[in-house]
Amino acid sequence: MSRDAITVYVPRDSTALALGADHVAAAIAAEAGRRGLKVDIVRNGSRGMFWLEPLVEVGTPVGRIGYGPVDAGDVPALFDAGLLGGGDHPLRQGEVDALPYLKNQERLTFARVGITDPLSLEDYLAHEGYAGLTRALAMEPEAIVQTVLDSGLRGRGGAAFPTGIKWKTVAGARAAQKYVVCNADEGDSGTFSDRMVMEDDPFMLIEGMTIAGIAVGATHGYIYVRSEYPHAIATLDEAIAIARRRGYLGDDIQGSGKRFHLEVRKGAGAYICGEETAMLESLEGKRGVVRAKPPLPALEGLFGKPTVINNLISLASVPIILARGAEFYKNYGVGRSAGTLPFQLAGNIKRGGLVEKAFGLTLRELLEDFGGGSESGRPIRAVQMGGPLGAYMPQQQFDTPLDYEAFAAIGAMIGHGGLVVFDDTVDMARQARYAMEFCAVESCGKCTPCRIGSTRGVEVIDKLIANQDRPQQVHLLRSLCDTMVNGSLCAMGGMTPFPVLSALNHFPEDFGTPNEKAA
Amino acid sequence: MNRQQIFDVAAVRGIIAERKGMAGAMLPILHGIQEKVGYIPADAVPMIAGELNLSRAEVHGVISFYHFFRQQPPGKHVVQVCRAEACQARGSEALAGQAQDLLGCAFHETSADGQFTLEPVYCLGQCACGPNIMIDDELHARVGADKLQRLVQAKREAT
Repeated sequence: MSRDAITVYVPRDSTALALGADHVAAAIAAEAGRRGLKVDIVRNGSRGMFWLEPLVEVGTPVGRIGYGPVDAGDVPALFDAGLLGGGDHPLRQGEVDALPYLKNQERLTFARVGITDPLSLEDYLAHEGYAGLTRALAMEPEAIVQTVLDSGLRGRGGAAFPTGIKWKTVAGARAAQKYVVCNADEGDSGTFSDRMVMEDDPFMLIEGMTIAGIAVGATHGYIYVRSEYPHAIATLDEAIAIARRRGYLGDDIQGSGKRFHLEVRKGAGAYICGEETAMLESLEGKRGVVRAKPPLPALEGLFGKPTVINNLISLASVPIILARGAEFYKNYGVGRSAGTLPFQLAGNIKRGGLVEKAFGLTLRELLEDFGGGSESGRPIRAVQMGGPLGAYMPQQQFDTPLDYEAFAAIGAMIGHGGLVVFDDTVDMARQARYAMEFCAVESCGKCTPCRIGSTRGVEVIDKLIANQDRPQQVHLLRSLCDTMVNGSLCAMGGMTPFPVLSALNHFPEDFGTPNEKAA
Repeated sequence: MNRQQIFDVAAVRGIIAERKGMAGAMLPILHGIQEKVGYIPADAVPMIAGELNLSRAEVHGVISFYHFFRQQPPGKHVVQVCRAEACQARGSEALAGQAQDLLGCAFHETSADGQFTLEPVYCLGQCACGPNIMIDDELHARVGADKLQRLVQAKREAT
């Protein structure tokens, strides 16, 4: 790197790549070469403002100036406009940190994402990386568990179970071998925060898992990543190799005598493997069929050993909790929803992307203030929150504060914070049918309500749409949903009725039925 | 000759030997074989079963459970179109129809010329910029009919 070289940032996040970031980086290098200008191109992560990707940033004395969305063909004109000095151009967005979309967030877990080079350990260390592990290594394991408990952190994968209680159970179990498993099977449509951490700040996850291992006495960890994420897998593998080389993983972590090993395991396109017990079966080399609980995985988990299974964002939240303390984290949020959640704005939305905020803002604020309304410009009609098993919410519910309990009270769920926006062209009967169809395709088949119920659900909705004895079909559908909710072994069958019934209750006109909320 | 028979048996044996000592070795072995061969040949099943001390039925059960594993060789290029909700909200159902017309095959099928296999995928994690597709290991976001045609044409010409 030359002294007078100007730093230009071009993201390596897969959304940026899917929009041509590699071509843009190559074009910048070529154009600078032609003009005899020295540039140092850093492949940073994405800031999560996906409508601006590829977002090129230039380091200037007044901060990082952004340009986007940049096409490779724009590069000569950008250089003509004085790109390297932060010059004016129609694509110029101004100082990136000052953009309202970023400035109005509370980025704790995503503090480094988009800023650093994901595979530079120096960059990581320079931005508070491994401060949490350093603190943890100086603490007794019980104190680490207590800190996570005191932070109020709840599982970010959807079920919102207190993370510290899980850890405490595993810490208290006696066994020769324990494991930490990171659930990175981010199969829900509308979610990409796990993917961003893996691609854009992988050391944070490695650090969080290492802390978890030390806290509960586990010496081996697995990250179960879906096969649909090849970029994330490649980045994680590289980051793990770097961490091992530098003594942040292995038999003697930073000279502490503590041991922790980590490996990535690739899933194989089965949605159900996001369910924790199905994931364990898959890791053991079997079909991803759910297990009945008890026994709890905390006591009899992977290979029958006590296992901490956490969602990726839960584990990624741990380093900052250790670095800054439980109180710091807990002071964000409302009620029993402590801390922040990386919300993911997806679907038909103008400014889709990642928004990390403390709990308590409303859905409408996310959709309008951050998202800028629908991309099509048509009215937003429905929002599916929390993945394919989450309820469809109508306009009337958009003022609900994002708080686990407030959402539960209206039969919806925050889940992992992913939201998919639909405009008024959506056919809600078709979305309800899709929910049942998805369950039929992805059911592991172990329990009857899920396996058979979903297939019958598709048939009933087809008859409903075709107006065959409609009142009877509505009655049947509700009864079927009741059986699935109460009789399924896991959330797959147990929650598929949520999108179905919410569509039927809030958008009855799409089913050709009068509004009757007698569920 | 049956296409099923043509694969590097020694390489498959090597993959199994190298990975069978891993805890929960089945998926890593299957991934290794599919990366190498392009699918899991039927003849690999008894080889895996023998080395992992499992029945053939158990191995077959795992292969057929997971959508990612193929039991037949795919076309030269694999085109995956995301059909999950976030992409649906951005027009992926229309794109799915266009892809079928353009490639001349339905989902889960291979075009007659053996060039393309079309598969549905349920989320590529690019949900703010759909509709999304993956061709081989390359992701493409904001794919409309024109872009799809360009991408497919480029693959055809590269052949």
